[in-house]
Amino acid sequence: MRERAVGRALPHDSAHLHVTGRAAYTDDLPEPRDLLHLAVGMSEVAHARLRGVDLGEVLASPGVVDVCTAEHIPGANNFGSIVADDPIFADDEVQFVGQPVFAVAAKHVEEARRAALKASVDYELLEAILDPLSAVAKKSFVLPSETIVRGDPDDAISSAPRRLRRRLTLGGQDQFYLEGHIAMAIPQEDGRLLIYSSTQHPDEVQTVVAHATNRLAKDIVVICRRMGGAFGGKESQAGLIACIAALASDKTGRPCKLRLDRDDDMIMTGKRHDFVIDYDVGFDETGRILGIDFEFASRCGMSADLSGPVNDRTMFHCDNAYFLENVRIVSHRCKTNTVSNTAFRGFGGPQGMFAIEHVVDDIARELGRDPLEIRRRNFYGKDERNVTQYQQTVEDNIIDEIFDKLVVDSDYEKRRSAIREFNAGSKVLRRGIAITPVKFGISFTNTLLNQAGALVHVYKDGTVQLNHGGTEMGQGLYIKVAQVVADEFQIGVDRIRTMEADTSKVPNASATAASSGSDMNGKAAGKAAAKIRARLTEFAARHFSVSEADVEFSAGSVLVGDRSMSFAELVQLAWANRVSLSATGYYRTPKINYDRATFSGRPFFYFAYGAAVTEVVVDTLTGENRVLRVDILHDCGDSLNPAVDLGQVEGGYVQGVGWLTSEELWWNDAGELGTHAPSTYKIPTCSDLAPDFRVELLQNSANRENTIYRSKAVGEPPFMLALSAFHAIRDALAGSPDKAPNLQAPATPESVLRAIRDASHE
Amino acid sequence: MSGASIRFVLHGEVIEVDNVDPTRTVLQFLREDLGRKGSKEGCAEGDCGACTVVVAELTRDGDELALKSINSCIQFLPTLDGKELLTVESLAPDSSSLHPVQRAMIDEHGSQCGFCTPGFVMSLFVLYKTNPKPSRQEIDDALAGNLCRCTGYRPIIAAAQSMYAESPDDSDWLRQPCGKQDKPTERITRLKGLQRADGLEFDVAGRRYYAPVDIDTFAAIYARHPDATILAGGTDIGLWVTKQHRELQTVIYTGRVEELTNLSVMPAHIEVGAAVTLADVMPVIIDHYPGLEELFRRFASPPIRNAGTLGGNIANGSPIGDSMPALMVLGASLVLRQGDSVRELALEEFYHDYQVNDLRPGEFVAAIRIPKNEEAVIVSSQKWSKRFDQDISAVCTAYRLELDGEVVRSFRMACGGLAPIIKRARTCEAALDGKHWNEQNLERACAALASDFTPISDARASADIRLRAVQNMLRRFYLETRGEVDTTVYSYGRQS
Ligand SMILES: Cc1cc2nc3c(=O)[nH]c(=O)nc-3n(C[C@H](O)[C@H](O)[C@H](O)COP(=O)(O)OP(=O)(O)OC[C@H]3O[C@@H](n4cnc5c(N)ncnc54)[C@H](O)[C@@H]3O)c2cc1C
Ligand code: FES
Ligand code: FES
Repeated sequence: MRERAVGRALPHDSAHLHVTGRAAYTDDLPEPRDLLHLAVGMSEVAHARLRGVDLGEVLASPGVVDVCTAEHIPGANNFGSIVADDPIFADDEVQFVGQPVFAVAAKHVEEARRAALKASVDYELLEAILDPLSAVAKKSFVLPSETIVRGDPDDAISSAPRRLRRRLTLGGQDQFYLEGHIAMAIPQEDGRLLIYSSTQHPDEVQTVVAHATNRLAKDIVVICRRMGGAFGGKESQAGLIACIAALASDKTGRPCKLRLDRDDDMIMTGKRHDFVIDYDVGFDETGRILGIDFEFASRCGMSADLSGPVNDRTMFHCDNAYFLENVRIVSHRCKTNTVSNTAFRGFGGPQGMFAIEHVVDDIARELGRDPLEIRRRNFYGKDERNVTQYQQTVEDNIIDEIFDKLVVDSDYEKRRSAIREFNAGSKVLRRGIAITPVKFGISFTNTLLNQAGALVHVYKDGTVQLNHGGTEMGQGLYIKVAQVVADEFQIGVDRIRTMEADTSKVPNASATAASSGSDMNGKAAGKAAAKIRARLTEFAARHFSVSEADVEFSAGSVLVGDRSMSFAELVQLAWANRVSLSATGYYRTPKINYDRATFSGRPFFYFAYGAAVTEVVVDTLTGENRVLRVDILHDCGDSLNPAVDLGQVEGGYVQGVGWLTSEELWWNDAGELGTHAPSTYKIPTCSDLAPDFRVELLQNSANRENTIYRSKAVGEPPFMLALSAFHAIRDALAGSPDKAPNLQAPATPESVLRAIRDASHE
Repeated sequence: MSGASIRFVLHGEVIEVDNVDPTRTVLQFLREDLGRKGSKEGCAEGDCGACTVVVAELTRDGDELALKSINSCIQFLPTLDGKELLTVESLAPDSSSLHPVQRAMIDEHGSQCGFCTPGFVMSLFVLYKTNPKPSRQEIDDALAGNLCRCTGYRPIIAAAQSMYAESPDDSDWLRQPCGKQDKPTERITRLKGLQRADGLEFDVAGRRYYAPVDIDTFAAIYARHPDATILAGGTDIGLWVTKQHRELQTVIYTGRVEELTNLSVMPAHIEVGAAVTLADVMPVIIDHYPGLEELFRRFASPPIRNAGTLGGNIANGSPIGDSMPALMVLGASLVLRQGDSVRELALEEFYHDYQVNDLRPGEFVAAIRIPKNEEAVIVSSQKWSKRFDQDISAVCTAYRLELDGEVVRSFRMACGGLAPIIKRARTCEAALDGKHWNEQNLERACAALASDFTPISDARASADIRLRAVQNMLRRFYLETRGEVDTTVYSYGRQS
């Protein structure tokens, strides 16, 4: 009997190590004896020419061994992977508060950190641009603005029976992975370098370190066993940390470790982009959108980093699940003197979806209708009204089915009227409810990144080492891919050891990002395992003179004709007969093709769907709010591991609620981030989880595309389910007295009070 | 001076550490010196819980063992002297014998990236040992100091509910759940053997650490070293070291001083030794003033409250400290001592300006006197911040209202977060004194708040909204006294 290893709710492969404290993160690895610890000296001003950097006192500080600045970089002073505009150390100009100016190496962490505060830097202050709108006004952009137009939005808007215009502001978000950035560089013989890095993208670390240190890729190995969370924050940013460790190691000839203090991490590394969004929409009396004009301005910070593809994804997702027949989308990538913003779960998608959900909600409130109705009214069709603004036909649309089921399961209608009743009789507390959809495109929009490799070894004892280009950041990638391989060989996952991500095992791997980890690495590993299995099958058939069809891998044993043997026995025999037991697997995502110049084609292999109903209570005197009940129905296709996927859905939702309610990034007039520690930057805690939290994975919903076991990617899509929480808060405020309150995200108590005040026109 | 060594129990063994840097943190010691890397650093400021460990110490009568979670990232190593330290490694000595808490976390899929997990395990362990069947509210409270960015908490809550179902190994006290545990006699005896009758003091390379056991010695040492840093729970001071990288030359620890750790309920007042922890004093205050329950629930987190003291909160004198508005309206006073001389000062006269108080060189807070409640007095406090748990107030208010029928006999209001110091809202109070407790007068009082305070904008809130918030908070208090609102968003819809 074949037994399916996929689809089972197995625990995370490291769970037993997590709970006992035995899981080793980069800072837990044994330290080489002559290790030096690094600290970074950061710019104290937002924009200035560096007239002089005096490190005399730094060098004289106890325990200090050496310092490292831009002039000590033998290669390129850059860690930007797309545009070379990201200096490792500031050279003659600093561009944000927190920009690395130098690094100091000392025997102890404390000594390094203490020394780093002792530099005296002479700044010639320059004008600083500190917010997106000022950047737009001054035409300060990291990349050219982009536009997508379909149909005739101007005419559609001006001739529409109804029209609304509004400006929305939407805050950014710190990734707040619990493990901060860290890298350790260890010199090896003959100029080689070994780097342990907490990174989602070992290949990029290898590349940028090679460029900075004047090495070739062959001389650098980058390893990451696991990260203590990443969420996009360790995609490009890890390169900076690793470069600093590598440069210091080259300069001192000793191993060097850079572990950022939490505050420094939050000040120095990029976050989710905050946005200012203007929309102008024309619609009819039924709430159907006839024409819409979006203008997005995002805070990219001082460099391009990943802002190009992030903002492209905003343009691709400002339709969410809705058909926009006549549409113009303008996207400005604003250059500001703040930290360069980067990837974060959803990668620009959430901001686009925030925009359109706001529009739909506003239309409903303008017409005095239930937003649910207006949402349905604008959904993509199945056979018509099914082409996105970037010309991809939506072939797998299931949003109506998801909505229909969830509306019933959550008892939406009844609860909505109960809430109306409650609000009518309540002086201070008001409740609100909202349902919002998610449709999220899966694939890297840069087509070339959609490739993955794996390397599978089978040992004589029948156990397996599994290597692939994916990194483990808690998302459960390793167990899912191991389940795929276990399924292929019909052995237990305990027979499989997933190895750390290692550039010497699998070269040129894409970042573990864009939710694509299991889709791509699962396929690549499956193919590698299939190759070995085919060799074993061929061998067994030959050896025992049966036909290949008579060789069957089943749970715990291999049947060869009427013989039965264990997998290990077959492997042993194959080895003895000189059969290769190691194979690589390679996968490239099919069907996708997309022309960046015209913003058209098929950037996404498929879409993932979901919907959430959130109910909240809001205090109209204090602005405090809390989520009371959540009902989620999410589509993971045929889940590879329902427990892991459920974890992604739940965690994504809660993280999204944090983004839209309590997590506020605040800069002062000097461009200093005021919220650079958990004392001031508030991610959700346990008590913020709704007392009634019901999450369901959509059943019997195999991916229509041929993905790994017909599953669907689940890393990012659930994050956007949290939009329902924001709209539930708006719903609670609606009518007190504004029918469509001007609530800015995040909906902190302050933001809620502001909305109420503005509505009362005081 | 005695030898520069401290003694505590770890992993069933008494360990002795020589030449302790007085401000070395427990976390640094575990990770860097012992190579016990299960406890993680997520923030080094007491706010994330990744470093949570548990301290077992003798109760005051010396007969019981009390388990307390603490943030090892800001706890100084010498304060462990005479205690037992339990880390995540203590729960499962080898990988084949998981603790019920650990097993439950695995079974419920409570870890994703796993970095927060050791901290959660330790907080859950304390819950396991101290509460036989926690409600959701109690679980939330127990985990208020642990952040998880991955899971969204649902599976961790599930683990907190299912951990009791695991079959415990009877013989190991650590595995016996609350309600089914033997008295840990062996542990108690071991700790008794570590207690010092005459305190601890040492000098390492010119940096001195004193942990006297009686107040006279304490006063004498401080009089000799008026520049020393008084260390209580270290939940403020810890950050001077880990974040500002300050080097403290001389440290005098209050935690071992008998008189400073005394808490007694007198006929007319509650006398709280300055070094009584927040965790110990809060239930007593709430007992007398139930209106302060939510404030104290939202004050920091269990590990911070287990270490932090009321005296530290007051002496630190932050303009956003949470205990002071309430203590001020209650008319609390401070017992201050310098050498042999003692004086009493009303709390509201203690603060002069931002970080300037009335303490003289060598003078310290010995005790806090909180008057007991009188009949028909309404006392309440509100905290306004971005998050319910473990957040510092943007605004904190407290009220004390005495009504004579419909007339205000006396009204006191004090606020934090609105000025460089915590202070009474005198103009607002005056607008109500002797007036009818009605909406019209209330609005006058709200308007008066604008002349009492000129708040500023910072990362926690903007000036204009801060003022609006405090006015609304007063309105809310009014409605509460009228019975027109009886719940906050936090208590709304909760079963218990
Ligand atoms: C994560 C976190 C959350 C927090 N949340 C809150 C919160 O919600 N509300 C709040 O108000 N505070 C909060 N705090 C601040 C802190 O916990 C409190 O101020 C606490 O009461 C300080 O007490 P302590 O014993 O730890 O003081 P310590 O840090 O030991 O000392 C603080 C100051 O008081 C002085 N001092 C202590 N005892 C005496 C004495 N007897 N005589 C004279 N001087 C003395 C010390 O020298 C020092 O200057 C938080 C802190 C952290 C790290
Ligand atoms: S490391 Fe965050 S609380 Fe200690
Ligand atoms: S599991 Fe990653 S932070 Fe909790």
